[in-house]
Amino acid sequence: MDLATFLIQLLNAVQYGLLLFLIAGGLTLIFGIMGIINLAHGSFYMVGAYLAWSLSMHFGSLWLAIPAGIVLSVLLGMAIEWLLIRRLYRLGHLQQVLLTYGLILIVEELRSIIWGDDVHSVPVPALLSGSIALTDTLSYPVYRLWISAFCLVFAVLLYFLIQRTRVGMMIRAGATNREMVQSLGIDIDWLYRFVFALGVALAALAGMIAAPVSSVFPGMGNQVLIICFVVVIIGGIGSVKGALVGALLIGLVDTFGKVVEFKIGGLRLLPELAGMSVYLLMAVVLLWRPAGLFGKPA
Amino acid sequence: MAMTEAILQTRALSRHFGGLAAVAEVSLACHMGQVHAVIGPNGAGKSTLVNLLAGELAASAGRVLFDGRDITGLAAERISQLGIARSYQKTNLFLPFSVFENCRLAAQSRLPSSMHFFRRARVHEDVNAVARRALRQTGLAGREDMAVSALSHGEQRQVEIAMALATRPRVLLLDEPLAGMGAEESSRIVALLQGLKADHAVLLVEHDMDAVFAIADTLTVMVNGCVLETGTPAQIRASRAVQEAYLGETHV
Amino acid sequence: MSRPRFFALVALVLVVAMVALPFVAEKFTVQFATRVLIMAIFAMSLNLLVGHAGLVSLGHAAFFGMAGYCLALASPQYQAANFWTSLPLAMVVSGVLAFAIGALVLRASGVYFIMATLAFTQMLYFLMHDTGIAGGSDGIFIDARPDAGLFGWRPFDLEKFGDFYFVALALFLLVFAFIGVLRASLFGRVIAGIRVNETRMRSLGYATFRYKLACFVLAGMLAGMAGYLAAAQFGVVNPDMLGWHLSGTVLMMVILGGMGTLAGPALGAAAMLLLELGLQSLPVVGDIHLGKHWQLPLGIVIVLFALYLPKGLTGIPGRAHGDD
Repeated sequence: MDLATFLIQLLNAVQYGLLLFLIAGGLTLIFGIMGIINLAHGSFYMVGAYLAWSLSMHFGSLWLAIPAGIVLSVLLGMAIEWLLIRRLYRLGHLQQVLLTYGLILIVEELRSIIWGDDVHSVPVPALLSGSIALTDTLSYPVYRLWISAFCLVFAVLLYFLIQRTRVGMMIRAGATNREMVQSLGIDIDWLYRFVFALGVALAALAGMIAAPVSSVFPGMGNQVLIICFVVVIIGGIGSVKGALVGALLIGLVDTFGKVVEFKIGGLRLLPELAGMSVYLLMAVVLLWRPAGLFGKPA
Repeated sequence: MAMTEAILQTRALSRHFGGLAAVAEVSLACHMGQVHAVIGPNGAGKSTLVNLLAGELAASAGRVLFDGRDITGLAAERISQLGIARSYQKTNLFLPFSVFENCRLAAQSRLPSSMHFFRRARVHEDVNAVARRALRQTGLAGREDMAVSALSHGEQRQVEIAMALATRPRVLLLDEPLAGMGAEESSRIVALLQGLKADHAVLLVEHDMDAVFAIADTLTVMVNGCVLETGTPAQIRASRAVQEAYLGETHV
Repeated sequence: MSRPRFFALVALVLVVAMVALPFVAEKFTVQFATRVLIMAIFAMSLNLLVGHAGLVSLGHAAFFGMAGYCLALASPQYQAANFWTSLPLAMVVSGVLAFAIGALVLRASGVYFIMATLAFTQMLYFLMHDTGIAGGSDGIFIDARPDAGLFGWRPFDLEKFGDFYFVALALFLLVFAFIGVLRASLFGRVIAGIRVNETRMRSLGYATFRYKLACFVLAGMLAGMAGYLAAAQFGVVNPDMLGWHLSGTVLMMVILGGMGTLAGPALGAAAMLLLELGLQSLPVVGDIHLGKHWQLPLGIVIVLFALYLPKGLTGIPGRAHGDD
């Protein structure tokens, strides 16, 4: 593989990884702070993508669609938390799995009713539709670079929010001591509502900005959910740093697995088994560090 | 004081949590036929010590020896199979099960293997007998079919002890067994421990000083994770250092 | 009449009804009932994990699907496999797979475990879907149902829907009885103890990992039995038999029916399949074809169960299920 091709694959890997981080970060936040495993998280990613498609058609531009989509998904997240999720706090994992699985079905069918089952594409905004030349023959799309940059900015913003602000302190405190936070006069109900809405918005936002490159199709939510789970298992649940490392690792393994050739004896394993490579990585982590690379051992 | 070799002993056993030493360089020895009581103010590290000995917590440093063998770092299930049983400070029973089933499960653990899928578990009369005996010893005969969740707190503490006994141990690690018990139940348990002494080595963590001084052969006083002093009840009672550490806490 | 007598009577009536079914009902009903029996076996196998051991698995379809693939691959082209060799083979393959996956996922606990099981079943989905090992996304057709010939004697003919139903019924009753016996056995008591308080079990000297793994393998083998029958009934296997959607569906059956009880999973399977059938024939309301979007009311039912009936259908009478 020559340097230019390698660079392209590396950029792809990082872009995929950073996008995954945005989604998995939301998932791990919700679990780490509220103790809720949200199977429907991938569905919100899908909702974001479909929102991007329909809103960009409506407004004529993705630039307007994204803020509108963010507002809508925050409202959606709050509504779902208020209606359903807040009843789960005292219940066990089983009820959470049950309810959020039902939620997946509901969201899928509503999406089918509202937007149909067709595959759609969302055009890249004109401003970002160019390519940067790497060699005489190879160039790299500007939009993909923008996705990476966007996710990176969000990662930094998230870091500051959680580590350096009062809200972030409340979020971290809420994770460890509900009663204490409440006794400080902070309304924990609204805090949880905010965290959940934040998680949902992150997933939807990822869906929105990914839409131009990944296209918009019905199964995209479930597909991404499972990869998110692998990210969280590898990185360690509740750890945003772990989600970043896990996401980047998966980005690398998945991307390079598809283009690299790997043989054992006469048997060619890669790229044929590329789809399995992230799961093998997960198996290795489970063997070596069952609580994830940055997770707290049980 | 018995001159026999200690059956369970620790050498400079330590456990850190970050910068905090919950247990620091604790060395003590338990002998068959004796009760070794560990006392100290709250937060002295007594429960952590029990968790270390029982294998539920890994040591940061130091060693635990059983019958001369180094058992440091062994998993909880291995330590139990070696003959070291524990009871919990916070009642840790199988709440939905009956009193009898709790003990029966404890006794069943001594079978070579439970990988049997067809015969009813209740058919094993040897296991049942051990469970019933343990319940009789702790004064719970007649309460066997009650759900554990329906018992009084004191009775639940009794089940804790019965379960430890049902595993036929040589060493008993008892973490505040008398906590929450009434006077009558307490004296029954103290009498039980007196009777058990002959065939077991008992490590007793307790706050109830009457009980401790009634049955202990050796006392170790822990403060802030360290051993302040070890000695006979008379020595400990007379010790100025111990009295200072315990100022106002309990009556001696 | 005392409680156990009442339930025994109900059970007897049900068994008689189930045996009589093919003689009184039409083909479609019998085939539907066969499907229910197969899914009931599948649900009972998952309940071994969820209800008895307290291990919530979202990846149980892996063993169901792989057994189906095993039958498909073991069937010579255009010919039938032998029932008496291919069924045990499929169950052994499921068991070995369960051992391999279980040894890994059981190292994780709580939510990690749930996610890991899901990930592994997806891994198998990708393996079957993307590679050419077994027909890729189209799957493989099973041209002929397994032949029950044994040294010249054929006790039943699976090509006849009546015979197939009775075989499914017999296996269902066998599994039902087996799990009933298992619950009261030494092994069953250990598993129950692990569910209620695993730390205590370990401090009592039980090597809990081994027992959980054994339970995982048993559950996998029984799921394999169900998958074999399903593949035989439909005549085709494809990656959807492995996917997480099926894993989720069977988990719903177990939870909705009521875990930890013997009859719960079977009830849940029957209820879900009936619900699916009923919802799919819903009419068109306004612009929306409700029958096509039947998963919407299903999702709502599931959410309502999660909130208001967490003990499932068998939890409704309000009786506490005994563990002794």
